[in-house]
Amino acid sequence: MAGQDEIADGIAGFAMFADLSTPQLQEIAHTFEERFFPEGERILRQGLTGSGFFIILEGSCSILVDGQERATLSRGEFFGEVSILLGESPVADVVAITPVRCLFLAGPSVESFLIGHPRVMYRMLQAQARRLRNANRWRS
Amino acid sequence: MAELTDRPFPPGDYPLVVVGSGPGALQLAYSLDRLGVAHAVLSADPSPGGMFRRWPFFQRLLSWTKPYAPTEPGSRTYERYDWNSLLADEPENRALQPTLMDGSSYFPARAEMEANLAAFAKRTGIAVRYDCRWESTRLEEDGQGRRFVLTTSDGEFRAPVVVFAVGAAQPWSPGTSGMPLAYHYAETRSAETYADRRIFLIGKQVSAFELATGLLPWARQIVLASPSPAQLSVVTKSLVGVRARYVQPYEDHVLGGGVSILDASIEDIARSGDALVVRTRRSDNGVALEIETDEVIAATGFVAPLLDLPDLGVTTFGHSKLPTQTAFWESTAVPGIYFAGTITQASAGLKKHGVPANSGAVHGHRYNGRVLARHLASTRFGVELPRPRVAPDELFAFVVDELVHGPEIWHQRAYLARVVSLSPEEGLRDEGIVPLTTFLDAGGGDALAVTIEADGTGAIYPVIYLRVAGQTSEHALTPSPVLDFASPEDRAQLADILGSFGVRTPA
Repeated sequence: MAGQDEIADGIAGFAMFADLSTPQLQEIAHTFEERFFPEGERILRQGLTGSGFFIILEGSCSILVDGQERATLSRGEFFGEVSILLGESPVADVVAITPVRCLFLAGPSVESFLIGHPRVMYRMLQAQARRLRNANRWRS
Repeated sequence: MAELTDRPFPPGDYPLVVVGSGPGALQLAYSLDRLGVAHAVLSADPSPGGMFRRWPFFQRLLSWTKPYAPTEPGSRTYERYDWNSLLADEPENRALQPTLMDGSSYFPARAEMEANLAAFAKRTGIAVRYDCRWESTRLEEDGQGRRFVLTTSDGEFRAPVVVFAVGAAQPWSPGTSGMPLAYHYAETRSAETYADRRIFLIGKQVSAFELATGLLPWARQIVLASPSPAQLSVVTKSLVGVRARYVQPYEDHVLGGGVSILDASIEDIARSGDALVVRTRRSDNGVALEIETDEVIAATGFVAPLLDLPDLGVTTFGHSKLPTQTAFWESTAVPGIYFAGTITQASAGLKKHGVPANSGAVHGHRYNGRVLARHLASTRFGVELPRPRVAPDELFAFVVDELVHGPEIWHQRAYLARVVSLSPEEGLRDEGIVPLTTFLDAGGGDALAVTIEADGTGAIYPVIYLRVAGQTSEHALTPSPVLDFASPEDRAQLADILGSFGVRTPA
């Protein structure tokens, strides 16, 4: 489908989906939901339950902890997974600093998605390892 | 020509124009009338509810209305059981749908829904300029300010604020190779013409399963295919997925009855003699699979007929190309353009636990329409909305009443909230129903918001949000299987929560 074909083409270059075939990318484009957030809107809310997993298709977001900006995220990057994996509320706000288009997977669907797509899980683990390494580097 | 001159709303200047005459437009027009906001309503159709003369194809709606329910028709609580009537202040104009059903199903037939809308428009005196087709749009700025100009089949209408309630019923097919050999759901013929034919359905949404259900007694073979697995509402425990009444083809498939449901992408449709061949590729292992069939039907959905609004700057997103919107359903890109009806589903809200609001259906968007009318009245037309006082010793009963009877928070879970503000000067005030994201993000003084929410496990439970000294906290009550929300346990939890808001509650 045009919209979802475009998404499948677009996400083919994302590190997270680097190991997937075209039919698998199509399946992802049909499984995730596309969502839009205007500039300034909160996408993830610190301390609130029931959030989801987001992958940015277009635009940039700011990660804020208690109102302080900690990082920015842009196309191809993802957020929301930590609170879902740990079953806790997000520890940060994520705010759209431009209009943001992203892929969304509801929290309750994330576990079965990752188990069904082990190569995506591995790539996600790599990205997490990179974030952890960078965090440790800042500390030292 | 007398009848032409009798038609309401001749071309000209208006403070507000509403486009449409389906449930979204009628609810908004009604609510604007009652708030005293002057406006014109234009519709390309000859009478209310044009969509219900075309879809759903197999004649019955997916939204129920229960003629017999635990509460009396016409009461606020009854709206929880009646998903199709529009909302009226006057008791005699409420709950019209159950009075127009023949008892053969609790899903109204298309004609019954159409009659429901026509009765509402007539009884409440909603004026609509029918047979007036909106054709194009431009923006003018001059000494009189900024106005949209709608060119219609009857002439030009000018207004600084326009609300489009035009539905999302324009057929859409993907650009897959060979797609001209297929045809859209909208062009499906009557069921008996498929006798002994092989049918390939592209899509696994409700519309594909609706067709498959209707074709079960006729078709020789039915295949449904799309890249991702079918979802069922009874599994997602929300309106996401195929509704229970269309699940029969799924059961046929899993019991080996002959219906095939494939998770595969469609690569090409080609002619092969008298038949068609659909080339697919399986999502799980990439293996190619060719299916021979007699007909291919694209049950690939609908988009909103926004005409030239994108040229004006209105941005859209997603598969249904819906306009991007604020929490109050205003275009994020072109201020002054608003949306009502099923298009409001694009303003998704929190979608907590993946559970969507019901804005895509009448029982959800009818409340959005009423909230939008209040928002427009107060922000654009200087109408002062009532903010009734709530006595401190009545707050507990007020919140319990909302949880037990409130239809807005019941149908629009974690999406619309009842808000009560608290200030030293004004005490407790009922601020009415607002989008929950507005309460959470707009800031402001101390207040509480009451919602009902679901988490996709089947649990439905109240949540109270407190905003105290700028800090917001979330308090969920324990789910109850009987959903009464007023048990001694519920009351004890609620008393604790309201206590932390600084309001003493009666024991």
